[in-house]
Amino acid sequence: MSVREVTLSTTPTPEDIAALRLGDIVYLDGLMYTAREGVYMRALEDKANIPMELPSESAANFHCSPAARINADGSFSMGAVTATASFRFAKWLPEWMDKTGAKLIIGKGGMSSKDYKSYFVPNGAVYLSTVGYGTGALLGRGVETVEAVHWHEELGLAQAMWVIRCRRMGPFIVASDLDGTCLFERENAKIAEGIDRVYEGTRPAVLKRYGESDDRSDEVI
Amino acid sequence: MIPLATLQRTAEELMAKAAIEIPQDYLDGLKRAAATEEGDLSSFVLKAMLDNYEAAKEDRSAMCGDTGVPRWFVKLGNEARVEGGMVALEGALRRATAQATFDVPLRPNRVHPLWRTDHDNNVGIGAPEIEYAHEPEGDWIDLITVHKGGLFGTDYRMLFPSDGVQGIKRFYLDSLMAFGKRGLACQPAIIGIGLGGSKDICMTLGKRASVLRTVGSRNPDPRIAALEDEFKELGNSIGMGAMGFVGKNMVIQCNIEVGYCHTGGMPMSVHAFCLSSRRAVARIWPDGRVEHRTDPDWFTPYMRRETVDWEPAREAAE
Repeated sequence: MSVREVTLSTTPTPEDIAALRLGDIVYLDGLMYTAREGVYMRALEDKANIPMELPSESAANFHCSPAARINADGSFSMGAVTATASFRFAKWLPEWMDKTGAKLIIGKGGMSSKDYKSYFVPNGAVYLSTVGYGTGALLGRGVETVEAVHWHEELGLAQAMWVIRCRRMGPFIVASDLDGTCLFERENAKIAEGIDRVYEGTRPAVLKRYGESDDRSDEVI
Repeated sequence: MIPLATLQRTAEELMAKAAIEIPQDYLDGLKRAAATEEGDLSSFVLKAMLDNYEAAKEDRSAMCGDTGVPRWFVKLGNEARVEGGMVALEGALRRATAQATFDVPLRPNRVHPLWRTDHDNNVGIGAPEIEYAHEPEGDWIDLITVHKGGLFGTDYRMLFPSDGVQGIKRFYLDSLMAFGKRGLACQPAIIGIGLGGSKDICMTLGKRASVLRTVGSRNPDPRIAALEDEFKELGNSIGMGAMGFVGKNMVIQCNIEVGYCHTGGMPMSVHAFCLSSRRAVARIWPDGRVEHRTDPDWFTPYMRRETVDWEPAREAAE
């Protein structure tokens, strides 16, 4: 099986999304914004007004803090761009999607198939994972301009809401589909088949820990 | 006397080099891994990473957007003297960290653990960490910066003598499985294992084994070196590759470092230094000469000494 490449808009149509297959390599065109715990808390818990028209301007939420700075003249310099692990944001994502109509959640490591089935699929959304992790320099090349940065004074540069115009930004990997299937869980299941052999002869620790699992099909997220 | 201005300028250069340039030893290791990888998705990932190193170098951009938590390891020859003393040295390293965060730019990752205050410069309480060591001879200072990711891939456990090597293997595999799924550990990685020491030092030993030893290095104890080889093999037989996809490359190198521990225990820590294994080193001499390299050469015979007094002649003869 060879990998398939797709170019996708950050305001994709339902048909565009339906055509994506697990493992497809995606390059993005259009506006995307970064939002992670800082933005979610400010928008959803503190009820601050979201400073963008969503989803008409962008339906692509990147779980990212860029390596970037604000220059003295107010312009922006953005170098590398990489995602942070998304599972930690499950707490806010259903409400965020509902409020913003996000269709592409882009980050590191994906979410669980339970997340996909319960609120991605009903919203017609899919998950795109960054590659590596850490193709920060390659993704940086896909930044055409930094259009704005919101809430940097309140949240700091890392948690701020960066608005990025992308030109063929990628690679990303399609990690969920409209059936709610999870690419990472599919891979986990394949790997689990050979695990007993690798563990053969090893022994569980004499001192146990609360909450410990010896089930290798478990995940820690 | 080692000039302070040279120290600060070199420190800023090291911050940029670490963020942008993948060390050659890791690059060679990853290329060997990429040549053997058969999983289609994990092969694609490794190829993309190799492209990314090139892009970073060409664009003078950080390899990874998460530029880790910058920190310093400082080694001083016994005769080294720094202009302004050690407080001035710490000031220079903090200034260089803040300046490079703006200049490169790096991501300002460091925040207060409770109040989430971000100075946007990677400097704050206890940040960057600065750790010191010494060598018996020399008037030089080695500055080593490491930018390691800070969230996943590390674990600690108090094992006991009755757990034995099979218990060590189990905890090693558990750590790879737990953090390898979905690629949280950003593997294939340099895995560092700390065995022994006090609990805190056990963590430190493992961290240093992953970030301060190169791919291709070996522990001088032949039985530990054999374990390093065996553990690398074992990790790569899980069937998991980059991003947790099916593959055969999880571990580029396994480094084990030991320290004497409590007679009743066998503490163990596991650390993963990621696909952007960021380290840069420079030696600075009193006459202002600066020599850059990527091997920290941290674990010298002196650092691993076992005797009450340092008797290099006797240890060499053994």
